[in-house]
Amino acid sequence: MTDLLGHAFMRHALAASALSAVASGAVGTLVVVNRMSTLTGAIAHASFGGLGLAFALGLPPMYGALGVALLSALGIAALTSGPRSESPDTAMAAFWAMGMAAGLVFIRLSGSYAPDLMSWLFGSLLTVSRGDLFLMALMDLLILVIVGGLFKELAGISYDPEFAVVRGLPAPLLRGVFMVTASVTVVMLMKMTGLILVMAMMTIPASVARLSVHGMGRMMVASGVLALVLNLSGLGLAVVLDLPPGAVIILLSGTVYAVATLLARRRRGPGRRLRSVGTAQNSQ
Amino acid sequence: MIPALEIRDLTVGYAPGPPVLEDVSLTVPGDGFMALIGPNGGGKTTLVKVILGLLRPWSGSVIVLGLPPSKAAPRVGYVPQMVPGRSFPVTALDVALMGRLGSTGPFRRYTADDRAKAMESLSFLGIGELAGRPMDELSGGQRQRVLIARALGTDPGLLLLDEPVASVDQETQESFFNLLSELNGRLAIVLVTHDVGAVSSHVRSIACINRILVSHGSTLPAEAVAEAYGCPFELVAHGVPHRVVGHPAGHGTGRDD
Repeated sequence: MTDLLGHAFMRHALAASALSAVASGAVGTLVVVNRMSTLTGAIAHASFGGLGLAFALGLPPMYGALGVALLSALGIAALTSGPRSESPDTAMAAFWAMGMAAGLVFIRLSGSYAPDLMSWLFGSLLTVSRGDLFLMALMDLLILVIVGGLFKELAGISYDPEFAVVRGLPAPLLRGVFMVTASVTVVMLMKMTGLILVMAMMTIPASVARLSVHGMGRMMVASGVLALVLNLSGLGLAVVLDLPPGAVIILLSGTVYAVATLLARRRRGPGRRLRSVGTAQNSQ
Repeated sequence: MIPALEIRDLTVGYAPGPPVLEDVSLTVPGDGFMALIGPNGGGKTTLVKVILGLLRPWSGSVIVLGLPPSKAAPRVGYVPQMVPGRSFPVTALDVALMGRLGSTGPFRRYTADDRAKAMESLSFLGIGELAGRPMDELSGGQRQRVLIARALGTDPGLLLLDEPVASVDQETQESFFNLLSELNGRLAIVLVTHDVGAVSSHVRSIACINRILVSHGSTLPAEAVAEAYGCPFELVAHGVPHRVVGHPAGHGTGRDD
């Protein structure tokens, strides 16, 4: 293992694991408390269109993915807000599928087989370049400035949008900001696990953190730390077993999620008030 | 004293549908305590949205605390129905602090003053010791007090409560109304409910709303109106000044402008 650290690709993979943990902690928490995990899936798949376009034009794929991710996030936001809006479900499904379709068309038009394709679908943690790391660090910085600077506003609008609007917060603007940060994070995590598996990276650490901490800030820190641990141990395991790192990280995360959820349920057990009691009371 | 609420000939709805409220006029004085009752679907929530500036009137005027609703909104302490039921990672203090949203701008943390005010509201409501507890571990009554503490966050001139007693037991209701009555010493209160039994003797006036308004005290005998519009006779006859807002069953949905 120590010999491996001598290799640049391994050091890059470790750095990418750490950088993406920051994003999945901060933004994953927002996604989970807003119950928007499908949104991240939709943005990720839509960005495949951007990858295809970048291939066809000979541009760096990550920029293509980022551009289309941002456009589709704002497109979904535009379609699903306002008085006569589309159901979020439908809008997300449409962007999800259209992005994949556009990607296929662009790749065909580019005339190449695009061998890099698999790496974007399933991640390529071991081929992260110095340039990728630079871009990821930049994205982290943007995310931290936004989430840190607008923490109380984002928490307020997530908890009770109507009240936040009455308090004078600009809901459409904050929604847009949330969409932008979500897209940036999706593209960043795609490098890790590929666009198909991004949803898990986005939601699992935050959901596990939610089981034991209260308060959104703490949840962000806890899920960031958890994401880091999962990324690093998944990467180590993958190298040892000679398996694709993205997939191992996801399998490991999924297992931790299942075990943690079951344990939490047992611990709460009968006798202690369950969260669902509050929900049942209010749903009448 | 500036009236807390002055609504004149308000007509509003959701285009392209028919109006939900028609020619409604209401006044709540600056120290008033009004219960707004009426059946489900009678337009109570719509009226709340108009008062909060979330919905623009089709016609008529709405003046809240001497200002147009959207300008007055920051000074209206809004207590929504028990939202959100879903689990959300916030403590009671976190929620109470949200009452200070908009007072302290973006890219700034809540100030020490914000925290002091939020704690003061929680303590005033008798739940100061619950400040650090997660919301979803609190009882219905406790959570409601947190939401009121949040509403008190910016020293509102008007407290607007939407179905506040829906998920609270009888005993809690009593102390709840005592609390509101105490608050009424410093601000006006409008309490919206479909639960007639929830209106207590602390309330100083009642409006029954079911699409249109018939003003009591002008030409129509209140009791007859009350019965015709499905408003609770006992309450209306109770001696509290009231208005009845309603429409006969066969009134239809057409609108003559």
